[in-house]
Amino acid sequence: MNILRSLVIAGLLAVAPAVVGQGQAVAQDAAAAPADSAIAAGDNAATAQEETVAAPARMKPTEGIGMPRAGELTLQEQFSPTGREARWIHDSLLLPIITVISLFVLALMLYIMVRYRRAANPNPSKTSHNTFIEIIWTVVPVIILLIIAVPSIGLIAEQYKPAPKDALTVKVTGYQWYWGYEYPDEGIPEYVSNLLPAEKALENGEPYLLAADNRLVLPAGRPIKLIITAADVIHSFAVPSLWVKMDAVPGRLNEKSFTIDKPGVYYGQCSELCGVKHGFMPIAIEALPPAQFDQWVRSQGGTPAGESEETSQAAASETAAPAKI
Amino acid sequence: MTTIAADAHAHDHHDADHKPGFFARWFMSTNHKDIGTLYLIFAIMAGVIGGAISGLMRIELAEPGIQYLHGWAQIMDGPDATLDQAYHLWNVLITAHGLIMVFFMVMPAIIGGFGNWFVPIMIGAPDMAFPRMNNISFWLLIPAFALLLGSTFVPGGLGNGAGTGWTVYAPLSTSGSPGPAVDLAILSLHIAGASSILGAVNFITTIFNMRAPGMTLHKMPLFVWSVLVTAFLLLLALPVLAAAITMLLTDRNFGTVFYDGLAGGDPELYQHLFWFFGHPEVYIMILPGFGIVSQIVSTFSRKPVFGYLGMAYAMVAIGVVGFVVWAHHMFTTGMSVNVKMYFTAATMVIAVPTGIKIFSWIATMWGGSLSFKTPMVWALGFIFMFTVGGVTGVVLANGGVDDVLHDTYYVVAHFHYVLSLGAVFSLFAGFYYWFPKMTGRMYSELLGQLHFWVFFIGVNVLFFPMHFIGLSGMPRRYPDYPEAFAYWNGIATHGYEIMAGGMVIFFINVFWSLFAGRKAEGNPWGEGATTLEWTLSSPPPYHQFETLPVIEDAHH
Repeated sequence: MNILRSLVIAGLLAVAPAVVGQGQAVAQDAAAAPADSAIAAGDNAATAQEETVAAPARMKPTEGIGMPRAGELTLQEQFSPTGREARWIHDSLLLPIITVISLFVLALMLYIMVRYRRAANPNPSKTSHNTFIEIIWTVVPVIILLIIAVPSIGLIAEQYKPAPKDALTVKVTGYQWYWGYEYPDEGIPEYVSNLLPAEKALENGEPYLLAADNRLVLPAGRPIKLIITAADVIHSFAVPSLWVKMDAVPGRLNEKSFTIDKPGVYYGQCSELCGVKHGFMPIAIEALPPAQFDQWVRSQGGTPAGESEETSQAAASETAAPAKI
Repeated sequence: MTTIAADAHAHDHHDADHKPGFFARWFMSTNHKDIGTLYLIFAIMAGVIGGAISGLMRIELAEPGIQYLHGWAQIMDGPDATLDQAYHLWNVLITAHGLIMVFFMVMPAIIGGFGNWFVPIMIGAPDMAFPRMNNISFWLLIPAFALLLGSTFVPGGLGNGAGTGWTVYAPLSTSGSPGPAVDLAILSLHIAGASSILGAVNFITTIFNMRAPGMTLHKMPLFVWSVLVTAFLLLLALPVLAAAITMLLTDRNFGTVFYDGLAGGDPELYQHLFWFFGHPEVYIMILPGFGIVSQIVSTFSRKPVFGYLGMAYAMVAIGVVGFVVWAHHMFTTGMSVNVKMYFTAATMVIAVPTGIKIFSWIATMWGGSLSFKTPMVWALGFIFMFTVGGVTGVVLANGGVDDVLHDTYYVVAHFHYVLSLGAVFSLFAGFYYWFPKMTGRMYSELLGQLHFWVFFIGVNVLFFPMHFIGLSGMPRRYPDYPEAFAYWNGIATHGYEIMAGGMVIFFINVFWSLFAGRKAEGNPWGEGATTLEWTLSSPPPYHQFETLPVIEDAHH
């Protein structure tokens, strides 16, 4: 009996890596299954048959909003307060400064190349020191850097401001190669978000490789707190138009707080190399007006914040388990 | 008396040029110039492979969709290769390109090649301090490179080869990459690292102990200073990399959990260790380039380097500060607010010594008598392109701004401007500058100038648009991208084609010059070339400075 047991254990150990890897995937599929079937109808986080409340219709993205524009030269338009502040720092402070510095160096070089070419200046000077000018070109860059540092450090402080108590909390989990979203306070169990295939994306009028089947649904105008982690390798949750990028690290819970200015669809892509389909696990956020968001929560069988407790208690037992990563 | 002196001289000359037979000379070499030549040949071959890989990537990225990748996967993995294997091949390509260019092209060329050739000569030494160790430093690179290339033919997850990126982040490189490929890549880095550590020990010993009489530290040419600082960076940084990847190896094979967050380890630990090495590593690649450019700018301006001491100690400062800024590579990992603020501020400090270098080069040229020979145009190209790469570094240094730029093509553009247009330009500048000295033949000035302009236009068309797609959000390491990024990606691929044309000109120039180039004098550059290598014949005698030169006080 003991021999048999140790044999079994040895065998298990030998294939442990494979089992663990697959086990995770299987468990994930099982966990995702209810959510999947509930929303199968319209590949949208929508029309759950057994619910009485209908989900809001799937929002159509606006061309060029929340996504890159063709041939664009600069940052995407921003739809969060920190995003607007950060973009201002880049566009109105950093970009002009680095452009001026580069052009200044270029102008000096062109001047020297003409003025001091051998034909124009056959006898070189022997100057090799000038303390004053050396002090100048040490001190001036320091001043420029200080000018940059003050708003830059302010921006970091702004980004790390903890979310208020009433912020909507969503747990985001990166998997190889899709995202899982769970609303612990609303009692919505994790559902998964996969790449929308090219034909489907075309059909929906969404950009392929940015469009996802089930979007992360969030309220516009309400503070949001994402708790970001991963189940297998490191991923990174990134949405350029909201100035959000936070690594999803297995065994860690990273927090990212922000507020979305107005309703819309905002796209992003995984931004940390995570294996073969790293380029094929997009992020799509659907920001709804608060009332519609509450309707969506109800359509998923959840309870919007501040509503009755009976259902939320039932949901609580369900949501307790995955949080212990 | 005179007869004896003349006899002794003749005898010297005979000894100095006595070369061993072919096998002993090239396979058992203890001669710093021959070993330098071996390093350069190795680096050029590795550069061709690494450059060809980037060509494959640019062809695939020319248009959205998967065009060629699947076909290449069928060649590599057999006719029934899946699309997943094709994507894996993509990750193998990006990994190989990065590792080859960093460890087997830039470092061997700039430290092993030019460092070996010219550090002993510039300080008036007959050879390196440890000639046999010098030989093993080079020959360790061969098995290292063989292991890396070999890793692409064994399983590394869903397909063959290591698909972890050159950073080899855990847990993708541990639980995420079953199969021996990643182990082989790690061992390759171990061996290449050992090679570099031995080289660093050799350079430090040589520079501290073998300077000719009168060659004080503050009279050493700036190229020697740059190699000295670089050697210290190698010595301090590489053991940390070795430790980090050894723990990867034991995590992978022996059940340790250093980087396994679920078992009490921490994947972030790997990143901290890797970048504690990785950030000094970028200065390891660029500092010798600074040194080369300083020599060239001074030579072709016919002026001594402006602010010599400032230049030397700016490199020391860059080296020191380079060790305390590593986590700016990790701004999005979820670090605490104070840590992020510190690394933002510390990183920006590096711009100050870097600015001193840029302005000192400009001041060196100011008032000079400039001639625009090929090495000089490469050096001028370096100064401007490095400035452009440097200022985007200041943008990325801002942790709050990096939140949107991190891991996008903006970063790719930034580090290619400092490496592919910085370090590589300095390599070409040094190559043309010292080609007559190393080979005894002049290169073709026409082809050299043509090479510069074609390459300069090519790399700018290739890398400048990456700023745009990076700003608008395209992540790195993607084999396919949304339609919106198509325009600038297409332009970038055309840039690669132009650059590749420039490389063809380079190789024509090298082979033509080797066989038909005009014989070079000892000093082809005239009065501006004041360092010791120009006092020797071209090529130098097999053993130089058997009688040590004496450096007089009037040097500068």
